Amino acid sequence: MSKSTLTRRGLLKTSAVAGAGVALPTIFTASSAAAYMNEPTGSSVTLGFNVPQTGPYADEGADELLAQKLAVEHLNGEGDGGCLSTFTSKALQGNGILGKKVEFVTGDTQTKSDAARASAKSMIEKDGAIMINGGSSSGVAVAVQGLCQEAGIIFMAGLTHANDTTGKDRKANGFRHFFNAYMSGAALAPVLAKEMGEDRRAYHLTADYNWGWTQEESIVASTEALGWETVNTVKTPLASTDFSSYITPVLNSGADVLVLNHYGGNMVNSLTNAIQFGLLDKQVNGKDFKIVVPLYSELMAQGAGENIKGVLGSMNYNWQLENEGSKAFVKSFGEKYGKPPSNSAQTCYAQVLLYADACERAGTFNPCGVAEALEGFEFDGLGNGKTLYRAEDHQCFKDVLVVRGAQNPSSQYDTLEIVEITPVDQVMYPPNHPMFGGDEATLGECNAGA
Amino acid sequence: MLGLNKKDTALFLIVIALTILAPFILNPFPTNSAMAQFNAGYPDLMQRFVIFGIFAIGFNILFGLTGYLSFGHAAFLGVGSYAAVWMFKLFTYNVIPAIVVAVILAGLFSLLIGYISLRRSGIYFSILTLAFAQMSFALAYSVLSNPKFNLTNGETGLQVYGDDPQIFHGAGLPNLPHLFGWSMRGNNQMSFGAWDFNFNTGYYVCAVCMILAFYIAIRIFRSPFGMMLRAVKSNQTRMTYTGLNSRPYALAAFVISGMYAGLAGGLMAAVDPLAGAERMQWTASGEVVLMTILGGAGTLIGPILGAGFIKYFENIFSKINDAVLHSWFSFLPDGLEDVVVALIYPFVGKGWHLTLGMLFMLVVIFLPGGLVEGGQRIGRFTFRRRDAKGSDAERDAANQRNPAE
Repeated sequence: MSKSTLTRRGLLKTSAVAGAGVALPTIFTASSAAAYMNEPTGSSVTLGFNVPQTGPYADEGADELLAQKLAVEHLNGEGDGGCLSTFTSKALQGNGILGKKVEFVTGDTQTKSDAARASAKSMIEKDGAIMINGGSSSGVAVAVQGLCQEAGIIFMAGLTHANDTTGKDRKANGFRHFFNAYMSGAALAPVLAKEMGEDRRAYHLTADYNWGWTQEESIVASTEALGWETVNTVKTPLASTDFSSYITPVLNSGADVLVLNHYGGNMVNSLTNAIQFGLLDKQVNGKDFKIVVPLYSELMAQGAGENIKGVLGSMNYNWQLENEGSKAFVKSFGEKYGKPPSNSAQTCYAQVLLYADACERAGTFNPCGVAEALEGFEFDGLGNGKTLYRAEDHQCFKDVLVVRGAQNPSSQYDTLEIVEITPVDQVMYPPNHPMFGGDEATLGECNAGA
Repeated sequence: MLGLNKKDTALFLIVIALTILAPFILNPFPTNSAMAQFNAGYPDLMQRFVIFGIFAIGFNILFGLTGYLSFGHAAFLGVGSYAAVWMFKLFTYNVIPAIVVAVILAGLFSLLIGYISLRRSGIYFSILTLAFAQMSFALAYSVLSNPKFNLTNGETGLQVYGDDPQIFHGAGLPNLPHLFGWSMRGNNQMSFGAWDFNFNTGYYVCAVCMILAFYIAIRIFRSPFGMMLRAVKSNQTRMTYTGLNSRPYALAAFVISGMYAGLAGGLMAAVDPLAGAERMQWTASGEVVLMTILGGAGTLIGPILGAGFIKYFENIFSKINDAVLHSWFSFLPDGLEDVVVALIYPFVGKGWHLTLGMLFMLVVIFLPGGLVEGGQRIGRFTFRRRDAKGSDAERDAANQRNPAE
């Protein structure tokens, strides 16, 4: 006799269970009905705000977050509405986006590309964020932009100044409102020529990473076009806190202008060292020695204190601008938080409104539709004056501010004074400019995920 | 089974069950409930759990067995990641060759660094490895990313661009890392009523790697080679007096753990094709030390627990911002709500490091054997009788840890 325990009933039972097991995933799987990644189905839509909350740019990140929260309030019809009334596009009603209430989640980039990608991924995968906004470093911006392109959602960059973000690393799903190093150079050059003459000898100290190099390249190019000579360009390690050893050679180099391609704490330290060595009191080649800091921010100005008096630089936005959009924004921000907004805060605020407006005009949250609505979009009333979102590289074109450390600031917030508002035509460049990846740089295809 | 004794087999089966069922275990709360904040079952975090589990298992082979405290293991993880992304850039998006090359390169790199660093022991060894790791970080961050010779792409991180050669990239294949056509990003979401569970290709690839890595670690722990490593830890001088040259053993352990780190790095690149220099920084090296000690150095499952614990804190606690807190305590009267939120806020959100630091102190002071010891104490308390036999795989391992220093 065979000892097999196989019975007809047993076999039927087993195969029924196995069949059910195989079928299970198909019964319960939410079939990929969604037309695009994280399509909002409920009564609300989630935005992801990815800013540095720890690390060297934490203060800036905190300011960005305040501005983004303010933007969400305005979109939902709370508060005084801020720039909704001055914005030239009237698609936003103050009832959320496309009738859905706006909610947000936050993440910490730590100013590290790895950490930023991880927090963006968790906002996309776990919280169902439909777009990612913010950030305070070009490395992070490029890394997160790449992630959003792969995942199929929209990325609105915060403070990112390197040419690469909308240059060789430009992506169809990524958009930049902030200005870039090329624009800084183009805006600064005429002012430098006017204030310092056309036969200066410049010495560059440059933070040794991607942003530093593109800024150095841009400034060298635009100052040499003026007739300036570049004596030397020295790379400083990013982690340096003491720049004395880099300042001494400047004195003996025969240079009469020092350009500090540094940002944040780096810039505060290098500028302080330069002042301590008395560079600004020196006379070289029969001219007064000058210092230039191509990219300024309010927080850097506060950090450097007295030392920035008279030092020239450029900015994307300053709260002292006297246009309607700027006034509305500063009033709204000031009343809520008791201080004027920084230029990175303004960019993040504007990006949220621009995204929401594009959704309204496109009638969808589909990233491809939103991207199409943003491409070539001309607007005004968000604080920067007339602005164009160029279709070819997703870069905003608007006036650039040249600023100077104020001689007699009346409070801790007006440490910078506006020297000149450089008109947008002067900082325009073709999308295939060699500093922006040349002819090879393309946006690629828009990706809607799913 | 598979050459393991009964206790180890049981532990191995538990680990297999936990990793395979992780999508269910980590998502215990319905998706739309207030508690969903604490769900960890989304692809990115699940991948991180197993990848850092592998990293910590490997680190434990060096630190737990030989007692050599390396502060530079993140460098091997970084080398693995860069190697994998270069494989993606040059050859194919298939993850198998990328992972193999990542392991081999990390192994070679650790052979070089280990050969030099192991000339010293104790604190000098730690400092040497730390120095090498910081050097690698600086190289990756700026030196090797200048426009003329761009190996690492600096702070932005190495990524795959559309104009990279990718010689073996087929037309029908996904434009993302894949395993013979299955995209690592592929995700199948199952819904049972209010619950959602994610089954992610990338996660299961990593999970299989971790199960293999765990199996190899058990075999090493139980082998004569493992015994030799423990001898190095308990008294290296005595070993030398008996005429044994212990350095090859220590070097072998160093290289093996370096290869584990390379595997973890390769997998990190496989699930997200970007390699950033920060993953080589000393903080990343310190993190794996914390994971191992928190879980229980010298135990088999401890490092995996420690890795999961830290990653959970980093990704879940750090996302609890003040708005979330206010929504939790909105049932309280206004003034009281603000007070409660103000009291809790410093410990969550961006203050998660603080909570983790306090927990770490508590563990080190009261549970020197890590979370594993905590588990054993609870187990002993609950099943006092069974403990009389003293049969527990982890306890054996933990006991062998004691003669340290």
